[in-house]
Amino acid sequence: MPDWVHPAAILILGSVLVPFFKGRVKKVYLLVLPALAFLSVLTMSEGTYGVYHFLGQEITFGRVDKLSLAFAYIFTIVSFIGMCYGLHVREDGHHIASLVYAGSAMGVVFAGDFLTLLVFWEFLAFSSVFLILYRRTRAANNAAFRYILVHAFSGVCLMGGIFLQYTQTHSLAFNLVDLSGLAGGLIITSFIINAAVPPLGAWLPDAYPEATVTGAVFMTAFTTKSAVYVLARGFAGAEILIWLGTIMAVYGVVYAVLENDTRRLLAYHIVSQVGYMVAAVGIGTEMAVNGATAHAFAHILYKALLFMGAGSVLYMTGRSKLTELGGVYKTMPITFMLYMVGGFAISSVPLFSGFVSKSIVVSAAAESHLPWVWLFLTLASAGTFLHTGLKLPYFMFMAKDAGIKAKEPPTNMLVGMGLAAFLCIFIGVYPKFLYNLLPYAIDYRPYTPEHVVWTLEILLLTWLGFYIYIKKLGGESTISLDTDWFYRKGARHFMWVADRAIAAADTVVGEGYKTVVLASSIRTASGSLKFDLGIIDGMVNGVASTVLNLSSRMRRVQTGQLQHYAVAIMIGLFVLLNVVFFLL
Amino acid sequence: MNFLEKIFEYPHRVKILKGIIYAVMVVLVILDFFIHRHHEFFFWDKIPGFSSVYGFISCVLIIVVSKVLGKWWLQKGEDYYD
Repeated sequence: MPDWVHPAAILILGSVLVPFFKGRVKKVYLLVLPALAFLSVLTMSEGTYGVYHFLGQEITFGRVDKLSLAFAYIFTIVSFIGMCYGLHVREDGHHIASLVYAGSAMGVVFAGDFLTLLVFWEFLAFSSVFLILYRRTRAANNAAFRYILVHAFSGVCLMGGIFLQYTQTHSLAFNLVDLSGLAGGLIITSFIINAAVPPLGAWLPDAYPEATVTGAVFMTAFTTKSAVYVLARGFAGAEILIWLGTIMAVYGVVYAVLENDTRRLLAYHIVSQVGYMVAAVGIGTEMAVNGATAHAFAHILYKALLFMGAGSVLYMTGRSKLTELGGVYKTMPITFMLYMVGGFAISSVPLFSGFVSKSIVVSAAAESHLPWVWLFLTLASAGTFLHTGLKLPYFMFMAKDAGIKAKEPPTNMLVGMGLAAFLCIFIGVYPKFLYNLLPYAIDYRPYTPEHVVWTLEILLLTWLGFYIYIKKLGGESTISLDTDWFYRKGARHFMWVADRAIAAADTVVGEGYKTVVLASSIRTASGSLKFDLGIIDGMVNGVASTVLNLSSRMRRVQTGQLQHYAVAIMIGLFVLLNVVFFLL
Repeated sequence: MNFLEKIFEYPHRVKILKGIIYAVMVVLVILDFFIHRHHEFFFWDKIPGFSSVYGFISCVLIIVVSKVLGKWWLQKGEDYYD
């Protein structure tokens, strides 16, 4: 038994065998993989593992410390819960995509250098896109296409940043990044795209509601939270994140008022919740980073639970619009109550997990004397209860009976939700469990009389506001403009005018890029460095030309082609990872 | 009929529930006058019942501002992108 087994290896390599099992054995196998990954995290001790020398560079697969362990715990736990919820799914490809996606997130969390990070960063995007494509609707295909474009852009930014960073420092180690230069700017841009920070975050509420019922549960957990992790690792204390995070927290809440689609409303609340974490990372004190970690941990559980609840309603009724739902609690009472546990947890009702995690972030803002941050985060907190705890459940489960004949979802879905709900309450009742996992020592007591009363006052008066405006809060059959307008509508106008110009520019830029970058890198490189740069460069070129190529065909690409294309990249990346794993 | 329906399908029971919520609201604000505060970071931390007022203002602000933004600018027909 080696002293360190990478959980990503268990999940990603293990997923290859999924198609070889049938029936009950397959279901057991699907649960064993995340359970094994969890065990491997549980038995890890802090240190550095999986260090290889790759042509003069040190590659670290396993940087294990308190921060990476906290995220690794919750990622493996939610993989298990998500797998349980998705056991009934028939497509092997869907399971494989989920497992590779979860494994990539583990890879990001333990990556000690930028090259490893980059590989898993790309994996994260290209495995998750399948969870949207498997929905097999036209809307989903289009959303998947936009999703992968945005994430390819994020990958290019990261790659460019790493490249610049390497030329300046000759090191690929992934630690605190200097934000003053272009390199730091590109890297943080990539991170905040994945964290869905506006104005670069419209991909999230665009794509998640189009994903499959189970796929969306996985997606809520990994992409944004691994971005929070890398931000905490690379940019803790970067002041700009305080303001971006605070804006984000309110931004998501505003859109949630206007939203009619249940899962899109929840997606906007991911944006809002991740805002707390981004702001906390920006504050950067030990307490704030603890808060970001704790909130990520709690958030992953209750957000998965909320998506499972809304997903169950979609799965059983085929409806996801508030205007078409109502009265479902009569036939789905268990789903309703489990959803409400998630709703109370995200709203930070005492005895639920959000209460013990969100308050660390808000208190960190107070201790750092940031009154505006405190006020806006508290306002967003009221908005969270208003939508996720009141509006959504009221109009989805109660309100006017839409006369839907629904049943409770299959047992495995209920069990998945039950596990998440149990943990939401467990953490709320016994916060020490969570606090012991945090990166820094913490002396924080959430259950003081002042804090409990303070929170309950906010919650109850929010309920009063909801009750007064209840007639105006029902769903409306509209969609809301977000910054994805620029590439959905704006791009179309633009291309209508300048189709040929873009095609021409595409060729020029593509050729120019190849000539300039390749030629210069060949010239400057020597010996092993040459090979090293060649690889990085090839990857830069690959993704860059991918984006250029895709953008020129924006409106023309057929669904099938995109799928084939994504498969090819998946296979390529998979081979690359295997090479890295075994040959080094 | 599940036990939730036994509450929510009877208007007089819902009314009792609401009465309880109002009562708790009042009790909380009264309690707020007597609770000892360990931390006072901002001036409003000293004001009893501040979080009730702020919670209500937040809720109304969010609803009104978002609805106005939606009506004047952000909300479009469902076929807008088709």
